[in-house]
Amino acid sequence: MSPEGDAERTRRFREAALPHLDDVFTLAHYLMRNTADAEDAAQECFLRALRHFDSYRGPAMKPWLLTILRNVCKAEFARRSAQPLPPEGKEDELAGDDPPLWQEPQPSPEGELLRERDDDAMRHLIAALPAQFREAIVLREINDLTYREIADVLGVPVGTVMSRLARGREMLRERWTLEQGSAP
Amino acid sequence: MNCSEAEVLIHALIDGELDAGHAREIEDHVATCADCTQKLAAFRELRRAVIAADLKQRAPAALRARIEAALPVAPMPVRQAAAAATAPAPAPAPTVRRFDRRFFVGGFALGTALSGAIAATLVLGVLDDRREQMIAGEVVSAHLRSLQPGHLTDVETSDQHTVKPWFNGKLDVAPPVPELAAQGFTLIGGRLDDINGETAAAIVYRRRNHVINLFVAQAKGTEPQQPVSQTRHGFNVLHWRENGFDFWAVSDINAGELREFEQKFSATLRPGADGS
Repeated sequence: MSPEGDAERTRRFREAALPHLDDVFTLAHYLMRNTADAEDAAQECFLRALRHFDSYRGPAMKPWLLTILRNVCKAEFARRSAQPLPPEGKEDELAGDDPPLWQEPQPSPEGELLRERDDDAMRHLIAALPAQFREAIVLREINDLTYREIADVLGVPVGTVMSRLARGREMLRERWTLEQGSAP
Repeated sequence: MNCSEAEVLIHALIDGELDAGHAREIEDHVATCADCTQKLAAFRELRRAVIAADLKQRAPAALRARIEAALPVAPMPVRQAAAAATAPAPAPAPTVRRFDRRFFVGGFALGTALSGAIAATLVLGVLDDRREQMIAGEVVSAHLRSLQPGHLTDVETSDQHTVKPWFNGKLDVAPPVPELAAQGFTLIGGRLDDINGETAAAIVYRRRNHVINLFVAQAKGTEPQQPVSQTRHGFNVLHWRENGFDFWAVSDINAGELREFEQKFSATLRPGADGS
C-alpha cells in the first residue's frame, strides 16, 4: 500500500476508533482489574484493531473494538495461568479500598462526597461480581450495548446474555441492598 | 407467561429490548403478580442507581498519547497544526556548518511545537467539554420547558410532510424530519426553541409514553462527531454531529434506547446505508 493510502487509512481508523477509547478502557479495567494491565490491554486492542481495520465491515465500531479487547484480555489470562479470567476475590484495586487512579482529576465539593461514595460502592459491587456476569453487566450498563451486540462480543446466544444479565443483576441487587442497609 | 419466564424478561423490558407485543405480555403478567411487580420496581431502581453512578471511566491522558503515538504515519490534526503554526520558527542559521545547526535548531523547534500542540489540545479539549456540558444543561432545560402543558409542539402531526415545510423560513437550515414510527419512534410534531442563545429546531418523537426532543442546529464545526452521551438531572442527553447539523436528543428513556433512536435517525440520513 502507498504511504498516502496508509496515512488515509490511519486517519479513518483514528476517527472511527479513538472516540471509543473510554469505553475500551472501562471494560479493560473491569476485566483486568488494575489500571496498568487495563492500559496495556487497551493499547494492544487498538493496535490489533488497526491491523484488522481493512477487514472491518461494520456495522458498529464500538462492539467490534470491545470484542477485540475481550480477546486480548482472554489471551493475557490464558498466557498467565491457562485460566480464562482471574480468580474471584483476588486483591485488586477495583474491588479494594484505594482510591482508583482514574478518579483523581475530579475535584470533590462537599456536597458531592456522599454521591461519590455511592458511585464507588456501585463500582466495587460490580467489580466483585463473577467474571461472566460482570462482563455482561458492564457491556450493558456502562458500554451501553444492545443485547445483540453483547451476544456478538461474548460469542454466545442472546438468550444466554439475557439469563446472565438477569442473574448478574439479581446478585448485584442483593449486595447493593445489603450495602444500603449497612450504610450510615 | 409465568414468573420464571418473567424473571428474565423483565430485564429485557427494562432495557427496552422488547417489541410492543412482548412488552404488553409481560406488563400484563406483572400487573397480576405482586412478586414480579416488586421485582420490576427493584430492578428499575437498581438500574437508575447504576446509571446515576456514572461508571464510565476516562482513559488516562498518557494512555491516549501512547496509543496516538503507536498509530503509524500519524497525521497532524487541524487543531495541532494550528498550534504548531504559531510555534516559533527556527532561527535562520548561518550557511557555515549548516547541517549541524539546522539539525540542532530544528530538533529544538520541533520539541517546542510538539509541547505547544499538546497543551493546545488539552486546553481545547477542556473548553469543548465545558461547552458540551453547558449546552447539555440548556438542552435539558428546554426539554423540561417543552413538557409543560401546551409547550411541546407548535406544529402537531405524525406526518413528516407537515412538519418539515413548517420549519421553512423560520430557520436558516432545513432540518431532516424522518418518519420513524416503523422503528418504534413516533413523530408527533415540531417547534422552534432556543439553545445557547440560538434558534434551533425541536423535533418531537414519542417512544411509548416518553417524549424525545431532538434539537437540530447548524453545526458548529464541519467534522462529524460520534455520539456523546451524558446524564443530566436524570435525563439522558445524546449529542452528535453529521451532515452539517448538531443534533441533541434528550429524553427520560434509557441511554440505550436513546442511542437506538440516534442510530435509526442517522440511518435515514444515509440513504446508501439502508439503516443496517
